[in-house]
Amino acid sequence: MSPQIPGQITYDIPQQEIMSSGHLACPGCGASLCMRIALKIFGPRTVLCVPACCWAVIDGPFPYSAAGVPVVHCAFETAAITATGVRHGLDIRGIKDCTVVAWAGDGGTFDIGFGALSATVERNENIAYVCYDNEAYMNTGIQRSSATPIGAWTSTTPGEHPKEEPKKNLVEIMAAHRIPYVATATVAFMDDLTRKLKRIRDMEGTRLLHIFSPCPPGHKSLESDSIKISRLAVETKVFPLYEIENGLKYTLNHKPKGIPVQEYTRLQGRFKHLTEEDLKQMQQRVDYEWDVLDKRISLFA
Amino acid sequence: MQKVLTGNQTVSWGVMRARAQVIAAYPITPQTTIIEELANLVDEGKLEASFIKVESEHSALAGCIGAAQAGARTFTATSAQGLALMHELIHWASLGRLPIVLADVNRAMAPGWTIWTDQNDSLSQRDTGWLQFYCESNQEVMDTAIQAFKIAEIVKLPVMLVLDAFFLSHTAEAVDIPEPEEVDKFLPPYEADLKVDFDNPRAFSGMTGVDIYQEFRYLQHEAMNEALTVTEKVDQEYGKQFGRTYGLVEPYRCEDAEAIIVTTATATSTAREVIDQWRDRGESVGLLKIRTFRPFPTELVREALRGVPKVGILDRNICPGFGGIFAQEIKASMYDMEEKFRPDIYGFIAGLGGRDITPDTINEILEKTIHPEKTEKHLNWIALRD
Repeated sequence: MSPQIPGQITYDIPQQEIMSSGHLACPGCGASLCMRIALKIFGPRTVLCVPACCWAVIDGPFPYSAAGVPVVHCAFETAAITATGVRHGLDIRGIKDCTVVAWAGDGGTFDIGFGALSATVERNENIAYVCYDNEAYMNTGIQRSSATPIGAWTSTTPGEHPKEEPKKNLVEIMAAHRIPYVATATVAFMDDLTRKLKRIRDMEGTRLLHIFSPCPPGHKSLESDSIKISRLAVETKVFPLYEIENGLKYTLNHKPKGIPVQEYTRLQGRFKHLTEEDLKQMQQRVDYEWDVLDKRISLFA
Repeated sequence: MQKVLTGNQTVSWGVMRARAQVIAAYPITPQTTIIEELANLVDEGKLEASFIKVESEHSALAGCIGAAQAGARTFTATSAQGLALMHELIHWASLGRLPIVLADVNRAMAPGWTIWTDQNDSLSQRDTGWLQFYCESNQEVMDTAIQAFKIAEIVKLPVMLVLDAFFLSHTAEAVDIPEPEEVDKFLPPYEADLKVDFDNPRAFSGMTGVDIYQEFRYLQHEAMNEALTVTEKVDQEYGKQFGRTYGLVEPYRCEDAEAIIVTTATATSTAREVIDQWRDRGESVGLLKIRTFRPFPTELVREALRGVPKVGILDRNICPGFGGIFAQEIKASMYDMEEKFRPDIYGFIAGLGGRDITPDTINEILEKTIHPEKTEKHLNWIALRD
């Protein structure tokens, strides 16, 4: 680690690269960066259970694998339960000193895998669950999921009919399960991300990390803007950084600047059709949701 | 040790003797008492296993897949709708070459809702690459359960242990339970050669291109072919140690038979009685029991039926618009037999949705096979109401 200079952030991220180059992610992919950082923190004694999602492709075709740790590919709706099975299988074989991770996209988490996830959390299985959320079915070509935000274009909410329903609030649903730990993160706040990755590596029970994951082809954004968009998602209060312990103890991890939502949406072609009125409504919704979160944080502080 | 056990309890005790390590299961009638008994055996410390009480059959099999990929011996059980819900993962388990054992208590598919037996649930899984063993008695359930793990682990394919709802699942019989030390000699701990391994990390079941997918299918097919000899060998080995063998098929009083009836599962026991009665009357009729639907014992069936003038096949299942599923398989097996040895084959459907297959049912099938003047070759419904 380099010597700390006052006022300068020093990242405590291992130099060792576990994930290799040659993977199949698109340029500017948030999900591949998430994985690179996550594996640095989780270390080599990690099993990844990957359902159908971008990462089912990114890892590489047989016989190649970019992850550098054991990967158990699994059916779309089974990330949580496959990880559970792997955990039980390793435990009964006496292999305890490892981290079993379900690594799924928003479709596999919010939608098709939701039943198995809910049950896994209810049973408090000893797994870490990472949802890299690119807010649509990007792997199949940008179809809407229940994680797609209101107003966004997708290939199944086309033309004059962008998505009319707001994004499902996964974190609150997890909190309602009284999950031991649930948190949000982005690749723009690396110290926050790595701290949360360490937390979910080191604790027991079900813990879920919800990572906002920019997708240049799906969000119609510049490859070079992925980090900027991640940062703006947080600073506009669209995607606040917070964590909840045992479903009740809320902690805000970064006080957002409250930049207008338009600063976030204007970098993404998926929102380009939005009118002034639409943007006004979106701002109101973001402010309202922020108020609710802020009240919860104060309530349980 | 002998105990009076229901078919379902027998499954549980067999699984305990096999020392399954991870069980993931979800309740469904008529399977439920299998997992209740296993929950008790785990709770009492008689079986050192991890029992994942999942929220659906889909997750039950997915949990087993995860545990098997981690190198554990795994088991689940289900019936009818539950097996249908698993279908996606039924393929996954076999193409993933995971030696999972699943007990399917045969229950007819809904609608209408029914809990009673027929074979359409398991036979719908024909093309998934699972071995399927159909049991006639609780003793056979016990012995097949233990054999199933061994066969599965040798050929690296999953095995479905199939038993009739209620006729076996909830009917108690005296069952000889092999001693644990003896079973341990027969079935040593599972050592997967490919599994989650941090020193040698691999990606399992990942993206597969056009250059290699077909080869995975070829290997799966070859494994199923290998399962024919492995099943036979394991059964013989079991027989040497425990004194009971079953074979892939069992011909019963087939010598010089003018007609043979082909049966599976519990209908076989009824048919044995009826065949005895006919033989006592001097009629030359016989019985062929088929125990393994996959791998299908083509050569053994051909051998048993070769030169027999007439064969009647009892199917407790239906492929709508076509006929009985065992009849299809048997006819396909006989197609290239020389005409002079090839029997006339008549298909019969009976006992769907749990309707009793009685001695009268068997008598009618034998009558219609021996005197086929008014018998349809392809498909005959027995005891069909107007």
